[in-house]
Amino acid sequence: MIEARGLSKRFQDKKRGEIRAVDNVSFSAKPGQIYGLLGANGAGKTTTLRMLATILEPTDGTAVVYGHDVIEQPEKVRASVGFLSTATALYPRLTSQELVEYFGRLNGLDEPTLKKRVDYIFDRLDMNEFRDRRCDKLSTGMKQKTSIARTLVHDPPVMIFDEPTLGLDIMTARSIITFIRECRDRGKTVIFSTHVMSEVEKLCDVIGIIQSGKLLAEGSLAQLREQCGEQDLEEIFVKLVAPLYSTTEAL
Amino acid sequence: MSIRNVGIVYRKELREALRDRRTVIASVVVPLLLFPLLSVGFGAVITSIIGKTKEESPKIMILGGEDSPGVVASLKATPKIEIVTAAANWKDLVINKDVPAVIEIPPGFDKAVADQKELDVTIYNYSGDLKSEIAAGKVDKTLKSYRDDVVKNRLQARNLPVSVLKPFEVKQQNIAPPEKSGGALFFGGFIAYIVVFLCFNGGMHPAIDLTAGEKERGTMETILSSPVSRAHLVFGKFLLVLTTALATAALSVISMGISFAIANSLHSAPVQAGGDGMSMHIGVGAALSVFIMAIPLAVLFSSVLLTIASFAKSYKEAQSYIMPMMFIVIIPAIAAMLPGVDLTPKLALVPILNVSLLCKELVIGTYHWNFIAIIFTSTCAYAAFALFLAVKMFQRESVLFRS
Repeated sequence: MIEARGLSKRFQDKKRGEIRAVDNVSFSAKPGQIYGLLGANGAGKTTTLRMLATILEPTDGTAVVYGHDVIEQPEKVRASVGFLSTATALYPRLTSQELVEYFGRLNGLDEPTLKKRVDYIFDRLDMNEFRDRRCDKLSTGMKQKTSIARTLVHDPPVMIFDEPTLGLDIMTARSIITFIRECRDRGKTVIFSTHVMSEVEKLCDVIGIIQSGKLLAEGSLAQLREQCGEQDLEEIFVKLVAPLYSTTEAL
Repeated sequence: MSIRNVGIVYRKELREALRDRRTVIASVVVPLLLFPLLSVGFGAVITSIIGKTKEESPKIMILGGEDSPGVVASLKATPKIEIVTAAANWKDLVINKDVPAVIEIPPGFDKAVADQKELDVTIYNYSGDLKSEIAAGKVDKTLKSYRDDVVKNRLQARNLPVSVLKPFEVKQQNIAPPEKSGGALFFGGFIAYIVVFLCFNGGMHPAIDLTAGEKERGTMETILSSPVSRAHLVFGKFLLVLTTALATAALSVISMGISFAIANSLHSAPVQAGGDGMSMHIGVGAALSVFIMAIPLAVLFSSVLLTIASFAKSYKEAQSYIMPMMFIVIIPAIAAMLPGVDLTPKLALVPILNVSLLCKELVIGTYHWNFIAIIFTSTCAYAAFALFLAVKMFQRESVLFRS
């Protein structure tokens, strides 16, 4: 369960002054559901998810993740979350197995549990072939699997994916999509950000449309269609976002 | 949980560091190779060059002297020199190092000596050139010996003893123990400089790799999404940087002790540090004391390096911040080598300079316990403050996600 309550994040920029990256965003995501945060580049998706994963601290508002407040108990929040994005790279000089074990230990797993868990994940994701290979020698697909194994090692109830398919080839992207769906099917709370309409249509139970740091609309695809009087998600998105979207921002 | 996490981070960082060629070279290979090269190799080369040059017969040109066979004969009798024919372009020959020394004998020299008139003999040489100075030295010795003979003859002719010219002798006698004076002091300062420099150098690469390097590779966000707190993360990283800095310092001191011991046993004349016959050696006690004093200094360096490097966005940016730091570190260490710079209560509070000056004393076996206490405490205090800054730096989003 994730509940964002008036989440806001302001940054100071030397040239542009104060920037409201996220402005009073509230929503909730439930177990067994995929919540999709849809927005253009710079809309505030990454900042929102980083606040939920306690990598950034909110300027105002808060969020409760799996019963823990992101400001009061950030370490407990992180222990309940698996966070995956294209920015979360791997340690090049560790092997795939060493990396997964490292994160398992940091998540408090004891050695016998860790061993069982690592063996299970490596079997399940078919990673045994490269478990002793250093991460800098892995292919993109192998790296992605290692990243997934890292997020799953402590079996977190909440999964946060920040544009996880960005820059990946079709096959690797498909395996990520399958993995996200499996997380939902196992009853995890999943939040997922993207700017790819087709991924949202395929995956999300609830969609939140975000622009200029503001959550403009929220609901199932059917609800959004009804609300906007449009069938195509892209049209819905454009209709909602256009009034706030400036060319300067896009550039 | 907390100490466990620091340990987990440290072990992982250590594993990565041992697989990183740059860290291994800076922390292990450089200190292990530097001292054998400096002492055995460099010492042997210098001894051999000086020895060889002394054995050579340098070319000496004599200008004039045609009417003074006495002095010319005495010059020709000088062992291991080769007299060459005078040439008009003798200045060029000296400047081009073809002829190391030229002697100008004034006209009517022998007669002037016989008539007891005062006159000058000039030796032209290339100052700073080893061969030229040795050649000039040889002929200077011969001419002075010739002059002494002339004086002796004159005194004998007047029935006067030689002692009439020297009513008394003036002597300087060093009463400080040889292991604590002259070259030993310089050697102590040199060791301090090397330890300070290598300690900083050993921690430099890991500090950058673990902070700016992580940002550049994109692993910073990965580790920040784990439950480890930022303070524990910094402590784990700090311990690794400290390990490499101390490993570098320890290996330097060990390698130095062994190298100088070997060098001294190899050379019949010990390698000279200050030119007064002091052999370069470092005892186990002195080595241990230097290492103990290097600990708070390594803590200070590690924390400062982490603080500065964590501010940078990339490895290169961090290097550009840290390179000028290198001068700030080296200058006090060099200052400690200067003669006359000794520990005072005020200097004992100046970071780096205080430890360098103390190491200089420790190497020669002098223990000023008051200064040791002040320096250890003040360096620990500076180190604690720097570590506090490193933790604060790591807790600032504007630093971690600087773009």
